[in-house]
Amino acid sequence: MKPAPFRFSRPEAAEEAVDVLRQHGWEAKVVAGGQSLVPLLNMRLTTPSVLVDINRVRDLDRITTTGGWLEFGALVRQRRLEDDPRVVAGCPLLAEAARWIGHPATRNRGTVVGSIVHADPAAELPLLLVTLGGELVARGPGGMRTIPAEELYLTMLTTSLAPDELAVAVRFPLMAPGTLYAFEEFAHRHGDFALVAVAVVLRPGADGRLAEARIGIGGAAEVPYRAREAEGALLASDAVDKAIDEAARLAAEQAQPPDDVHASREYRRHLVRVLTRRALYKALAGVSQDV
Amino acid sequence: MTVETPVRPAYRWIGQKVPRLEDRRLLHGKGRFLEDLEPVPRAWHAAIVRSPHAHARIRSIDVTRAAGMPGVLGVLTGEDVVRMADPFPLTVKIPIRYYPLAVDRVRFVGEPVAVVVAENRYVAEDAAHAVSVEYEPLTPVVDIEAAMAADAPLLHGELGSNIANSRRFDYGDYDAARRRAHRVVRGRFRFPKVSSTPIETYQVLAAYDSQQDEYTVWSNFHGPFTLHPVMAKALRVPLNRLRLLTPPDIGGSYGIKAGVYTYIVLMALAARKFGVPVRWSEDRLEHLMASSSGTDSLIEAEAAVDADGRILGLYLRRMDNVGAYLRPPEPACLFRTHGNTTGPYDIANLRLETVAVMTNKAPTGLNRGYGGPQLCFALERLVDRVARELGLDPADVRRRNLIQPHEMPYRTVSGGLYDSGDYPAALERTLELVGYEQWRWRQRDLRDRGKYVGIGLGLAIEPSGSNMGYVTVAEPAGQRAGRLPKSGCTEPATVAIDPGGGITVRLTSLPQGQGHETAAAQIVAEELGCDPADVTVVTQMDTFTRPWTVSSGSYSSRFAPLTASAVLLAARGLKERLRRLAAHFLDVPAERLIFEDGVFVDKADPGRRISLRRVAGAVHWNPTSLPPGEEPRLEETVFFSMDEAAPPDEADRVDSSVTYGFVSEAVVVEVDVETGAVRILDYVSVHDAGRVLNPLLANGQIYGGALHGLGAALLEELRYGPDGQLLTGTFVDYPCPTAAEAPDIRIEHLESPSPLTPLGAKGLGEGSTMAVPAAIANAVADALAPLGVEVDCLPLTPHRVWDLIHAAAGGDGPAGRPAAGDGGNERRGGDAW
Repeated sequence: MKPAPFRFSRPEAAEEAVDVLRQHGWEAKVVAGGQSLVPLLNMRLTTPSVLVDINRVRDLDRITTTGGWLEFGALVRQRRLEDDPRVVAGCPLLAEAARWIGHPATRNRGTVVGSIVHADPAAELPLLLVTLGGELVARGPGGMRTIPAEELYLTMLTTSLAPDELAVAVRFPLMAPGTLYAFEEFAHRHGDFALVAVAVVLRPGADGRLAEARIGIGGAAEVPYRAREAEGALLASDAVDKAIDEAARLAAEQAQPPDDVHASREYRRHLVRVLTRRALYKALAGVSQDV
Repeated sequence: MTVETPVRPAYRWIGQKVPRLEDRRLLHGKGRFLEDLEPVPRAWHAAIVRSPHAHARIRSIDVTRAAGMPGVLGVLTGEDVVRMADPFPLTVKIPIRYYPLAVDRVRFVGEPVAVVVAENRYVAEDAAHAVSVEYEPLTPVVDIEAAMAADAPLLHGELGSNIANSRRFDYGDYDAARRRAHRVVRGRFRFPKVSSTPIETYQVLAAYDSQQDEYTVWSNFHGPFTLHPVMAKALRVPLNRLRLLTPPDIGGSYGIKAGVYTYIVLMALAARKFGVPVRWSEDRLEHLMASSSGTDSLIEAEAAVDADGRILGLYLRRMDNVGAYLRPPEPACLFRTHGNTTGPYDIANLRLETVAVMTNKAPTGLNRGYGGPQLCFALERLVDRVARELGLDPADVRRRNLIQPHEMPYRTVSGGLYDSGDYPAALERTLELVGYEQWRWRQRDLRDRGKYVGIGLGLAIEPSGSNMGYVTVAEPAGQRAGRLPKSGCTEPATVAIDPGGGITVRLTSLPQGQGHETAAAQIVAEELGCDPADVTVVTQMDTFTRPWTVSSGSYSSRFAPLTASAVLLAARGLKERLRRLAAHFLDVPAERLIFEDGVFVDKADPGRRISLRRVAGAVHWNPTSLPPGEEPRLEETVFFSMDEAAPPDEADRVDSSVTYGFVSEAVVVEVDVETGAVRILDYVSVHDAGRVLNPLLANGQIYGGALHGLGAALLEELRYGPDGQLLTGTFVDYPCPTAAEAPDIRIEHLESPSPLTPLGAKGLGEGSTMAVPAAIANAVADALAPLGVEVDCLPLTPHRVWDLIHAAAGGDGPAGRPAAGDGGNERRGGDAW
């Protein structure tokens, strides 16, 4: 459980970090909170020749609200999602789901952006990014670009971030007032990787219909995804609660879950159905409580 | 030794909630574990090259590149081991050769193949990756039944089968009981391979003195010291040329660290080969893959019952998977419970068959409960089946079969002597505490509303203080006759008083967190009239300087019945000497002296008094003042054993433990039938371990034992694929219960003091580990009874429960297929037997 030899680089500016990445390409790995990378290094499941520690890079530890977005710099720790007033007010689903991310000790270290770009298909933050339609802000040798959530995840543990790009921030759209939401997760223990997780965002429209429906599923494919057919069924219905069972069925049908030591494909698919239904009921229950 | 029990005396310290003396240093991070210490300077560091194959022939090992790397001293391989060492002597005589390092062949994933010694662990691991081993893969076998099949791949060709040991025992007349029975109730139960995963892993620091041909090894080995001769034999030295030492603190074990002994030998050989001290610290991957675990077990069980549910006869066929080698003390797993095979029930006829099967899994050994959880799971599930098949309440079936208090002491058919207990009272108290009748009523109501709630009982006999002779029943009486018999359960303790009157206790009970220091200090404080906090208790082992014997160590919950007895008798012996001396100094008859708060006082003339401290000072400073014939000694060592721990008799009856406690547990669960998740609504645990020495320590032990049991019941399994690959090699895949999963446990104690131990105390750290898997399984089966679900295997992960529900529903859904990557340790409810 000792890592293979590597060189250690600790830049103090993002440009500097990008420069190191440009020199070493795939051979370099960025470390911030280290909650996923360090175990992988110790088990020698990854053996980068250069480790780029960005913990001293200036100005990356900020949470900002700009132009309808809630933005987290690459050094913002996950723990801040739980009680930062801008998160609680502007994107309450993040605050709600944060307690499912590992444990307080890992959230104290682990970063929001780090989890987003680690791209574990069972992790909460990538699922939330996809569900809410957020985007990643990357800095490369040629400058800055944004990568929308649906273009970010290629397959498990793999993003479209280039090897010479540094993820400097992630943005989530602010949730409109009155938006209903729920997060459901099933794991063997609290804090474990989800077998399946479901995030739901609903915006009520007129006549009992929904103006917007987002259902995100994690743990049930190589990347987190939106259950579009299920969303369609909800949007098409004039009585949302009657469409819930159908939406849950469609969400499960669309799932391509892995078959591994933790759970079989069938069980995960079944969980997608159960959790989608539960999340939708929970979200709708939120409205009746508000009223 | 039998000591008469006084009527319950009014104790000042014993039985009190004295806070742990160990906690101050441990909670301040000041514990001294082997990793914190540097008992010899300039130790080198080892990393172990391990087999990636479950079964393969080693074609060649090329160490050239590794040995040439900067900072590397060299590499030890099987060739060196064969040259310098002998195979470990085994518990039973079978022709298999077990070395601490693979020789020619590997038999489980993670088996050590080579040891790299380098200037630090980083370099050692880099070099370990550079060792090139060429393997020729062989067919592995991981499942118990597959390994027992006639055409199974053989692990050890010389043996001719994979069965390391098998025995059949007949007590009473099981066949007659069966003929007489109203019904024969059957079950076939599987218990998972689990480990209690101590927080500190194996630690070894070995040195070799070529002038003396003497090995000195520091490690967190805690016994049993029956393994000391096993190590010495492998190293080809007499016992007094293998010095074993331990640090002041050991970070948990639950039996697992008994298995460090093979690494003690391995690192001793590396130290000898390279002529330097060698340190090895096991990492968590190594620990989960290759340290030790309990056995996975298949038990076929039959109860011959009358119409009222009375058990006339019991048949058990226990098949334990001991992994790739019969590593001593295995096959003890099958015999540790020998005297209490029939549990708390009065059963006159027993047929027991035991089979130790070798497969391409990691070897097994001591693990909290050792043999008990497997037995209890089968027995308690079987009792519930009797209830279900006869349409009786499970509590009633137990009431009808429990041994009654007037039958105590009770001799079991297999030779156990249950020393004390009121089992019916403990059961009734459990039922009352949990609100059994109310839950039965609520259960019906909740079922009508689609909620599945179940109540499960788990009763267990908790053996403590193993008889060193029990494992010899692994061989038939005829074969045993040719060997020296084994018996006893000796444990020494020393109490000494220094010139300043300070008291020091020296133990070889080697605690790993249980609180032996506190309990020993309480006992000494009680006897010698001081405060427990003023007593120094030393728990470090050094086989060259400390009184010890082969049965020394921490295992089989032996502190309370044995170590505590030795401490008490040593303190008492010292007090009697002091009383004689006090009488001499005061010039009064010794009988006239009473001892109060550390002072001897003349009953007849309370003004005549002398303090213990003063007497002690005189012994040390002024021995010529002692009466003639009185030795100037203020140190008392007592080796405590018990005659009940006799060798097995001709009929294979053996009192396998010296004391037997009782545990009665009830669990209420709710099963989410959509996800299969099991939620614990209530958990009641009633213990009778005789006199409780310290309720704080006792409840801590019970809580920890229960969590280990809950792990096996609900979460944990060391799972292997059919190819013998370990699928659960990290804590991501092998989930243990954490604080978040820990339920509230309502613990109560009944105290039926043991008539056999001077304090009336028995061990209690393992009972809940034995009882709660059965209680959970019974509760889940009870909850899902309307769906026709039977529970025959553990752990009851949500996935498995969901599978069971679907299988019972008639294969609707995916239940027909095996779970992903399953190694065969999987049977579903419809299993016909």
